[in-house]
Amino acid sequence: MSAATSDAAALDQKSWHARNQIAVTPWLFLAPGVLFFLVYVIFPIFQSFNISLYEWDGLGQADYVGLRNYEDLYWEFVDRDAFYTALWNNLIWLVMYLLAIPAGLFIALFLNQNVWGIRLYKSLFFFPFVISQVVVGLVFTWFYDPTFGLLNTMLGWVGLGPVNVLGDERLVTYGIILAGLWPQTAYCMILYLTGLNAVDPEQVEAGRLDGARGWRMLWYVVIPQLRPATFIAFVVTIIGALRSFDLISIMTQGGPFGSSRVLAFYMFEVALSEYGFRMGYGAAIAVVLFLIMLCFIAYFLFSMWRQERGR
Amino acid sequence: MRSMMKASVAALAIAVSGAAFAGSHGALTGDLKIFLDTSNPAPRATMEAMIARFQEMHPDLNIETTVIDREAYKTQIRNFLTANAPDVATWYAANRMKPYVDAGLFEDVSDLWEEPEIAENLASTKGAMTIDGKQWGVPYTYYQWGVYYRKDIFDELGLSEPATWDEEMANCAKIVASGRACYTIGTKFLWTAGGWFDYLNMRTNGFDFHMALAAGEASWESDEVRATFANWKQLIDMGGFIDNHQTYSWQEALPFMVNGDAAAYLMGNFAVAPLREAGLTDDQLDFYQFPAINPDVALAEDAPTDTFHIPANAANKDAARAFLRFVVSADEQTVINGPDNLGQLPVNAASSVADDKFLQQGFAMLSSNAPGGVAQFWDRDAPAEMAKVSMEGFQEFMVKPDQLDRILARLERARERIYE
Repeated sequence: MSAATSDAAALDQKSWHARNQIAVTPWLFLAPGVLFFLVYVIFPIFQSFNISLYEWDGLGQADYVGLRNYEDLYWEFVDRDAFYTALWNNLIWLVMYLLAIPAGLFIALFLNQNVWGIRLYKSLFFFPFVISQVVVGLVFTWFYDPTFGLLNTMLGWVGLGPVNVLGDERLVTYGIILAGLWPQTAYCMILYLTGLNAVDPEQVEAGRLDGARGWRMLWYVVIPQLRPATFIAFVVTIIGALRSFDLISIMTQGGPFGSSRVLAFYMFEVALSEYGFRMGYGAAIAVVLFLIMLCFIAYFLFSMWRQERGR
Repeated sequence: MRSMMKASVAALAIAVSGAAFAGSHGALTGDLKIFLDTSNPAPRATMEAMIARFQEMHPDLNIETTVIDREAYKTQIRNFLTANAPDVATWYAANRMKPYVDAGLFEDVSDLWEEPEIAENLASTKGAMTIDGKQWGVPYTYYQWGVYYRKDIFDELGLSEPATWDEEMANCAKIVASGRACYTIGTKFLWTAGGWFDYLNMRTNGFDFHMALAAGEASWESDEVRATFANWKQLIDMGGFIDNHQTYSWQEALPFMVNGDAAAYLMGNFAVAPLREAGLTDDQLDFYQFPAINPDVALAEDAPTDTFHIPANAANKDAARAFLRFVVSADEQTVINGPDNLGQLPVNAASSVADDKFLQQGFAMLSSNAPGGVAQFWDRDAPAEMAKVSMEGFQEFMVKPDQLDRILARLERARERIYE
């Protein structure tokens, strides 16, 4: 009797395993990834929210201050102080950085031909993306140098006065973005080059028979087929613009007098830099940055979900 | 006979030096972890040689030295003091060590300061190491600030070292008229402007007001502060500083002085080495104390002090204390601050100052011509946040002096928040 029940139990257990094997296996494979994602991404987001409610120097006692940090940010915004500058600069970055997409597309169209040595030209155009952002920053810093830099030497040839791009609070952000566009354009170019390989030659042929040429061919036949590449280029460019930090750190340290700060750099400055001891305030800035990113992330996820469903 | 006397003298010397370290000598064992921020080649070699000498005295001690990049160290110190603390770590004096003292991360070493050798010979730096009536580390080197200038340019224009603000303005007017800037400066990393503010404010309002401002007890919109900025504005408006200084680091500003586009540099003594390396001889380069502005206030100076501390979480505090005693001993101080090593001023009164004209002048200035007091430096005397905000304001003022009211209002708001 007892042997029969244990047999039944064993059979039952085995059958559960057999029954659910297919459903369970993917979760088992996903488990390590999910675990790390939870510990290193999801959990820190909530931790940031939590820290932003405290005043804490990172060493001693943390004091609960409620929404005080956000209130300070609000007043900084109203007074057009550091936070306002950082937010405004982030906006400029978002808009200007998108220029990398059309620029990358046109370079890709230009290079998408079969002439002798085209591979070499392609790699030369791709080169800036391979070198480190730090090197890009240094090169552009030297290029912009008001006394010894190449830019002012070249402006001198055409009789234009010296301009101190990184020392002028009105020009500095655009100067840094231009440095950032150099590798980002190369990145978008490579995305479009691969995309162009997938353009259907029959459709191009059909378009040509219908008399489409030049701009109309590009706009109505080629670009619609590059949609996946455009989407990826858009995603990486937006993310690149929002996390712009290394170039600012290398080229200006947020200066002159804080006019080239963006949120990511400001957060680092108040919480983690040499003079930064305001962990709570830094966390509050991080939360604001996260909320801005969330808008884009939600949009990306939504459009990907729509694409999936469309299939 | 002679050799015997030599030998006995040597033996005596050994006995004396042995006696000096009798308290610590002999039984030091275990590990001693030392973290250094002296990452530049010369200071690094000096420190490593000094640690090697300490190792020789304590062969049973297992010393482990870690050198961290000087800038990176400033942020890493927070992590390693809380977790995985070394036994000895370098840092800076005055308010710069306050966050770590307040958080209980530095060991109270007042006991060392009660020992007669340290109490008598290091008295001049005791104030800079004291917070809440206790001492939290020992200094190992300091250096003067002042005006380093091109003597050949001064001679060419017939100028002499100014002692008053009027002489200074007259000098500067002549230098500007000769097509040069009076001063080179690079404010990209902000602190160089802090040096100018230190001197202008200490000369205009005196040491005590300067310290009250650093401690948040005085208003940024007061008449005193405005007077300081008015003096600064005189220099800026006459073209006293090089253009585009906001784009340069202090090193990138050196060529202007080397090429003769600027006549002088308000800097710490560490600027001498690169200026000499760039080809300026001691005939071309000289030093003077920052001139008096307000004759009613006593002259005060900046002399930043670099320090050694024992983290509260250190494992081998006995060995660490022995190391601190060793570092500040008269002989070691003479050696590590010597011309071939750090090339700075020794903290021990019984040490000798290197035979270098800048160090000799600096030492004389600090010991006999700074009756007002000795400050550390703006970013070490003021709390970190206030230092950051204010130095950014100084930089903006140097580029756009007309914005003074807005800048001072901003600093006053920051003061209300930071010191509450």
